[in-house]
Amino acid sequence: MSGRSITKLSQEKIVAIITVALILFFSVSLNSFLTAGNILALLQNVAILGILGVAMALAIIGRGIDLSVVAIMAISVAWVLQLNNGGVALPQAVAMGFALALVIGLVNGILIAYLEIPAIFATLAMGTAAYGSVRALLLDDNLVYLKAAEGTWFKWIGSGQVYGIPSPILIFAAIALIAHLFLRFTVSGRFVFAMGDNPLAARATGVPIRALMVLQYLLTAAIAFVAGVVMATAVDSMETRVARSNLVYDIILVVVIGGIGLNGGKGSIRNVLVGTLLIGVLLNGMTIMNIPYTLQNIIKSLILLAAIIIDAVMNPRDEQTSQQGDI
Amino acid sequence: MKHFVKGCAVAASIAIGALACAGSVSAAPDDGLINESAAALKGKKVAFVPIAMGFDLTEAWAAGLKLDAQRFGYELTIRDPNWSVDAGAQAISQLISEQPDVIVVHPPEIQAYSRLIQQANAAGIPVITVSLKADANGDVFVGPDWYDLAVKETESMVKMCGKDSGKSGKIAVMQGVLTNPTSQYGIQAIQDTLKNHPEIQIVSNQGADWDASKAHAIASTVIKANPDLCGFIGLWDNMDVGIAAAIKEAGKQGQIAVASSGGGNQVSGCDNIENGNFASYVSYDAKGQARDLMMAVRTILQNKPATPGEHTVGLYTPLKVITKDTMTADSCWKLDDVKKFGP
Repeated sequence: MSGRSITKLSQEKIVAIITVALILFFSVSLNSFLTAGNILALLQNVAILGILGVAMALAIIGRGIDLSVVAIMAISVAWVLQLNNGGVALPQAVAMGFALALVIGLVNGILIAYLEIPAIFATLAMGTAAYGSVRALLLDDNLVYLKAAEGTWFKWIGSGQVYGIPSPILIFAAIALIAHLFLRFTVSGRFVFAMGDNPLAARATGVPIRALMVLQYLLTAAIAFVAGVVMATAVDSMETRVARSNLVYDIILVVVIGGIGLNGGKGSIRNVLVGTLLIGVLLNGMTIMNIPYTLQNIIKSLILLAAIIIDAVMNPRDEQTSQQGDI
Repeated sequence: MKHFVKGCAVAASIAIGALACAGSVSAAPDDGLINESAAALKGKKVAFVPIAMGFDLTEAWAAGLKLDAQRFGYELTIRDPNWSVDAGAQAISQLISEQPDVIVVHPPEIQAYSRLIQQANAAGIPVITVSLKADANGDVFVGPDWYDLAVKETESMVKMCGKDSGKSGKIAVMQGVLTNPTSQYGIQAIQDTLKNHPEIQIVSNQGADWDASKAHAIASTVIKANPDLCGFIGLWDNMDVGIAAAIKEAGKQGQIAVASSGGGNQVSGCDNIENGNFASYVSYDAKGQARDLMMAVRTILQNKPATPGEHTVGLYTPLKVITKDTMTADSCWKLDDVKKFGP
């Protein structure tokens, strides 16, 4: 009987258990780990990763993927800062940046839904194309400082506090909650699951999957923009180079490690929270322990690998899952 | 007769033309060197492979080279690998086969391009390396002594956090890319300098990949874990603004000092001293480096080394420590001005 309950452990639960174990370990071994200040710092530091994770989860649950989220985030918000520094009023600059993000998302959606280009290729190409063209045509520099918006409501988004809780955590929570409600309680949200589970069947039963795909990539672009605003207002600048970094793999990792399968149709926002928390606890604990950077990367990958191996052993692939095929 | 008149007219017009021509030449006298040195630059090919364009350092250097290219009529090609070490290596390989008269390389780390620099030299192409010292020397190096830079940063940190400061003496170090000379020589310098100051203790030593956002995350954790932290040594202004943001967020501006360094761009350097983000700043004056680089290129083009790579000229940039007390109106430079008016 006990054997059966062990095999019921999903990847999400395995990761949750590892996270709790790490929290216990760090709490016992590090004096400054389990303090309110540190826990808030921990959450704040993964808030951007988490927000982008929510965007990625929406794409993956609908059997897509969006490799352009980081590029969208970087260039749209860098443009906002540049416009605003150049004298464009803040609300107008924000609206223009947001529109830019949505346009890129729209192109992604059209490429995937109507030209039927696989999401992984369409968004990979769009990420590079959008980054390159915006960088060449609209942006003067790679690094844009937040100057004009200092001391405004905009600056608050990434650096404010409510009752001592840093605003990035609140925004992450809000985005996660909205995405959760969207997926669980709206018709479009339920259709995303249907589409992810079996697009042809969904289409045969009358789900407008092309329009839904476009909506999906508009949503990821919109969320990416929010993540970018949080990032830029937290560190007073936007470094567009981040578009070429490994951040997008970290985002996919957070989603997959949390238990959302790459073959779509499964998972929830809770998986993203669990995955994000694991990465946050790991990075925070290792930084306090002052473990060298390279060693941190090794430890991080080993723990993630362990979680995947445990999942592979406990939840072996059956005929049905292998037929669906991963990306 | 008719032919004679016509011939005369032609001869006269040629003579007038020649006179006019001679007249315009005589307006700029030849001092015995100026024409010769300018002629040595005309029509030459200069190639520049930065780590990436679009940030203050490389934009300032490129502005200098563009100015000279226009003035002397040499052809300047910039191959921008946009932070990709692979793309940069490809660009250099490609350039070696194109045989320019000089290649200016901005190496992303110590080892990455060393072989390629040697290959270019072996193919008879002189190489100038700028800012980050590679293992292979090439023909000219223009850039800071990273050891000395970190010594200066550490010394200013010791002043703020050492004996008689009344502070805890706890400091943190934020590196960029670990294989970069700023870290390789910088960390050595920090450790050597601190040997004489046992009261200072490094409580955290991390790398943030030159990324302000990563630096912010690490700094906020370190600040929470060490409530009595006295200061951060950062190794590049563009990244260190992330540390400053974390300090401000924790409400500890003025209590935790940031010692930073960079190219002396107004917005990254002096503005941050002015607003209290950085307590001290070591500038390697990228505007001055741009001029050094222009002169190095001119020198190589006028006096091509017989065997490229055999001797190396080291043009180490003078360093300037800027604090609120030592800052003057021209301590820093503005990128827009350098782009418009040259270095």
